[in-house]
Order: sequence, then structure tokens, then C-alpha cells
Amino acid sequence: MFAYIIKRLLWLIPVLIGVSLILFVIMEMVPGDPASIMLGTNITPEAVEALNEKFGFNEPFHIRYFLMLKNFITGELDSIYYNDQVLNIISRRLTATIELGILSLLIAVLVAIPTGVIAAVKKNSIFDLISMFIATIGISVPAFFTGIIFIYIFSVYIPILPSSGYGGRIWTLSGLRHLILPSFALSTVMIASTSRLTRSAMLDIMKEDYLVTARSKGVAEKKIILKHAFRNALIPIITNIGNQLAMMFGGAILIESVFAWPGVGRLAVKAVEYRDQPLVFGSILILSILYVTVNLLVDLLYVFINPRISYK
Amino acid sequence: MQLYINYKNWIIGDKIWSSLEVQVSSITSVIIILALLILIFKKDLFSSFKENDLFQKTWKEFNKSLGGKIALIVLALIFYSAFMAPFISPYSPNAIDYSNMNYTAPSSVHWFGTDDFGRDIFSRVLYGARIALGVGFAAVLVNASLGVTLGLIAGYYGGKADMIIMRLIEIWNSIPFILLALAIISALGKGMINIIIAVGVTGLINFSRLTRSIVLQIKEKEYVLAARAIGSSDFRILFKHVLPNSISSLIVLATLRIGISILVVAGLSFLGLGIQPPTSAWGTMLNRGQEYLIQAPWMSIFPGLAIIITVLSFNMLGDALRDALDPRQLD
Repeated sequence: MFAYIIKRLLWLIPVLIGVSLILFVIMEMVPGDPASIMLGTNITPEAVEALNEKFGFNEPFHIRYFLMLKNFITGELDSIYYNDQVLNIISRRLTATIELGILSLLIAVLVAIPTGVIAAVKKNSIFDLISMFIATIGISVPAFFTGIIFIYIFSVYIPILPSSGYGGRIWTLSGLRHLILPSFALSTVMIASTSRLTRSAMLDIMKEDYLVTARSKGVAEKKIILKHAFRNALIPIITNIGNQLAMMFGGAILIESVFAWPGVGRLAVKAVEYRDQPLVFGSILILSILYVTVNLLVDLLYVFINPRISYK
Repeated sequence: MQLYINYKNWIIGDKIWSSLEVQVSSITSVIIILALLILIFKKDLFSSFKENDLFQKTWKEFNKSLGGKIALIVLALIFYSAFMAPFISPYSPNAIDYSNMNYTAPSSVHWFGTDDFGRDIFSRVLYGARIALGVGFAAVLVNASLGVTLGLIAGYYGGKADMIIMRLIEIWNSIPFILLALAIISALGKGMINIIIAVGVTGLINFSRLTRSIVLQIKEKEYVLAARAIGSSDFRILFKHVLPNSISSLIVLATLRIGISILVVAGLSFLGLGIQPPTSAWGTMLNRGQEYLIQAPWMSIFPGLAIIITVLSFNMLGDALRDALDPRQLD
């Protein structure tokens, strides 16, 4: 188990190098001379030469890559549009994204898992039919459309919540009120797919022999469901949450744009719009690092939930 | 002259329901729907098929799921409206109504209302189906051909090739796919072809993992060994023996991926990075609609519903096909 954790942590190194290399190669694919693109309208031969010197654009590929990484990490990489260091711009917006992500994940887990368990226990009841019908539709609804509908219902039709913007940190009332709509909108897809999967995983496990045994021993039904069935159903549920994370990270950039949320996702979209390549590189790299880290945490959860799994 | 009536009126945007081709197309649409209904609910008409025929077996299983049947009918209608959009849409999608250059609520004249330029939203939604289906299919085609090729190589040759390919795909997958598509668009620029490439090359892991797992199962079968023994080339074994055996699983995955691709394309278009206006794509329409959400909610609701119905149908069809074909490798 310990060896597995170490192995997973070590795997992070090639992943992070690979991700930054992919993004660097994509950036290199931009047609034109990078220094002149960076300078935009203030272009002079001296400035081009200075930038070439600073970022080493005349150097061979691998040196350019290492320079880029070094400049990014030390904060010397400047954004074209914002006239500021990429790292600064991103770090100012990171909290907003993390707040949105954590709250959405929390909502998704807290809504989806109980729904799925109840739907499985009360199979074919009204609750089961209605919740699974909603979940089936929920998978097919684009997150940004959910966001638009939420804005229409909760800030236009019944104006109780703010339609967009950032209200402050999560623990302040205003911050929380601003966070409610975007985080619910972002969590819908994960709620839908996780509750469906929880239901089918629970139903699969409730057919198992050991549950019949437990029941015949006279174990209370509540205990059977929570202790015997649910613990075993957790493994496919967590796998699904891991699989849905990519969709959620992608959804975050859409939700941030719908709700004018000042996060890294919206920053990435703006950077693409302004063709601000250093900022595209930085923001997508940071979001990917976040994604890889969360994915790793989800993977490590297996070890704690199911110690029976032996890792080679 | 009847045929050109759509284009003749495109500036004025007159209603042309009475024209000949509209009548013809509505009659054909009724015939197609009836044919589909018979096909689906009167299955005994198909008893002329051979017993044990794979197609018939699948069809029989497929018939058991109501959701799959409904999805098939809805998809047929969506395909029909996409193909016949020039004939069934009452207005040209880009016809600006100069007499009323503002949004108007849904009415008998404009079924889904008009947008801020006075363009008919119903016509735009119909034309949007062409873009959504076209881009969705193209992206999945690119995605599947790349993913399947990599999966075939990894699974068939095994060893080092397998390890390197799968590890590289895993790293490629460490960038959430919408973000990767975003990065690719930032390099290639906006536009339809670029968005197909961007969505097509991301998320390769689904197809390659599936193909690889099937190849690993089939590789050891006797007929593959026999084919190798009589001197078939690797290429022939892969494409004659291995690929046909994985086709049913691949179809299920492709159906589900089309839904996701349509969602991603709509999302990128919504951000203004995908299909560019004035082309009437659903995501682009939603982007415009959000600005007028308070005054003209129909500008958002109808393209949004179109996306939901299309993606839902592909998902339900995929689920039903999975149950019918029973490719266990998917789970």
C-alpha cells in the first residue's frame, strides 16, 4: 500500500513534464515569430531582439522549453494582454476557481450518493422513477445551459440570488450567495451520472449472497444497506467520480464564463481570445496540475476504502 | 422557379409555407415517420430475416428497450430536419427581417420567435442541426480512427510499444479534454475545421483503451493463430480478423461519444471560440441569447432544448445499443 502511494506520486513527475511539453508544443505551433506576437503593436527590431534574448527564442527546442518552464516558475513569464506576470495573474484567480470546484464537488457527492442509494433501496418507487428520469436528462444537458436556466429562474424570474460576479470569500454571506448558482450548475452533470451509477452499483451488490446471509442472521436493514452494501458500492462510485472530473474541469470554464466568475477557467478563455500565448500556457498548465492532483487524491482514496485490492 | 423561392425571399424573409417543395417535404416526412413507426412497432414484418442472424438478434434485443426506440425516432427526425433544412425551414437562417429588426416572442408567424436581428429562430435551430451533427460526426470519426489505430498497435504488438503508447495517451489525457481543445484552438485559430481537429484529437483514451482490451482478448483466439500460421500479414490480421470482432463495442462507444462531442462543440461555440457567427450553430445562438436573457429568453431556450434533445437521444441510443449488443468490455 505504501509502495503504491509512492509509485503514484512518482508517476506525477512524467505526467507534469508531459503536460507542460504538450502545451509548449501546441504554443510553438502558433504561426509567426513569437517575439513579434508578444510585442503586438509596440514592435521595434530592438524590442524583438530583447525578447528573443530574454526568452531564448533563437535557442534550440529543448532549451526553449526549459527556459519557458523556468520563466514560468520564477514568475518572469509575462502576459501579453495584461502587462503582468502570468503567475501573478493566475494566483490572484486561483482561489475563486478552487472555491467553485470544491463546493460543486461537495454538492455533487452530497446530493448524488444519497439519491442513488435511496433509489436503489426503493427500486421502482415514485422517487426512483422520477430521480432517475431527471438524472438521465441531466447527463445530456450542457452545464452552461443549466447555468443560463438557473440565472433565468433564480435571478430574473424570482430575483433571490445574484446572477453573476464574485461576492467575496466563501465564508462571507455575500460570497456564498454568489457561489450558490454557479456551483449548483457545475455539479448537475456529476450529480446526474453519479446518482445513476450509485443506483446501479447498489442494485448489483444487493443481489450478492453475503447480503442474504446478513439478512438471515437478522442484521438490521439499515445496517445492511449502509455497512455491507454501500461500502462495497463505493468503489465503482469513486471510479465514476474520477472519470467525471475531466468533464467537471471543462464545465468549469463554461460556468465561469456564464456567471462572470473571476477564475482561472475564464482567464484561459480570455487568453485564447486575445491570443495571449504565455497566459494560455500558464492557465491551462495550472488547471491541468489541479486536475491531475485531484485525480491522484481520488485514486489514493481506493487504498483507504478497499484495502483488499493489492497493488503490484 | 419554385425551387429557388427560398433564396429569392431571403432578404425579405417572407413566409413560404405554401410553396411546392415545402408540401413535398412535409409529405415525405410523414411517410418517413410512418415507415419508422412500422419498422419499430411491427417487428414481425421482419420475420423474413434469417434466424440467428446477428443483425436480427441485435434488433430483437434493441426492440425491448422503449427508450432506444424513442431515441431512434427522435434522431431520425433530427437527421431529417438537418438534411432537409433548406426545404422545411420557413425562412432562410440568416434572413434579416428589416421591417422588424428586433427580437419578437414566439408566435404563429415565427414559431420559436426571432433573435435580435429579426432572424427566425426555428429556421436557425433547423440549420444548427446540420452543424451539430456534421461537426459531431466528423470529430468522432477523427477521434475513433486515431484512438482505434493506437489501441490496435498497443494491444497487438504488446510489450514496449504497448507500454509507451498507453503511457503517452495517459499523459495526453491528463489535460482535461475541453482545456486541451482550447489550447489547440488557441494555436490553430477558430473555425469549423479547427474545432473538428481540436475535439477529434482529445479524449483518445476511450477508443484506444477499448480497442486495446478487445485486441488482447482476440489475439489469443485460435483463428488468429491459424491466420498467422498460414502467413497472413499483421495488417491483414488486424483489419480482417481483429477489427470486425470489435466493431459492435466501437459502435456503442462512438454513439456515446457523438453526444459528448456535440456538447463540447456547443460549449466552445458558446465561448465564442468554436463555430463563428453568422453560421447558425446552437452554441453560437446560446452565446448571443445570454445577452438578451431577460428580454428574450426564447433566444436561449430553443437552441438549448435542441442540444439537450439531440444529446439525450444519442445517449439513450447508445445505452440501448449497449444492452442489445452486450459488449461487456465497455464496463
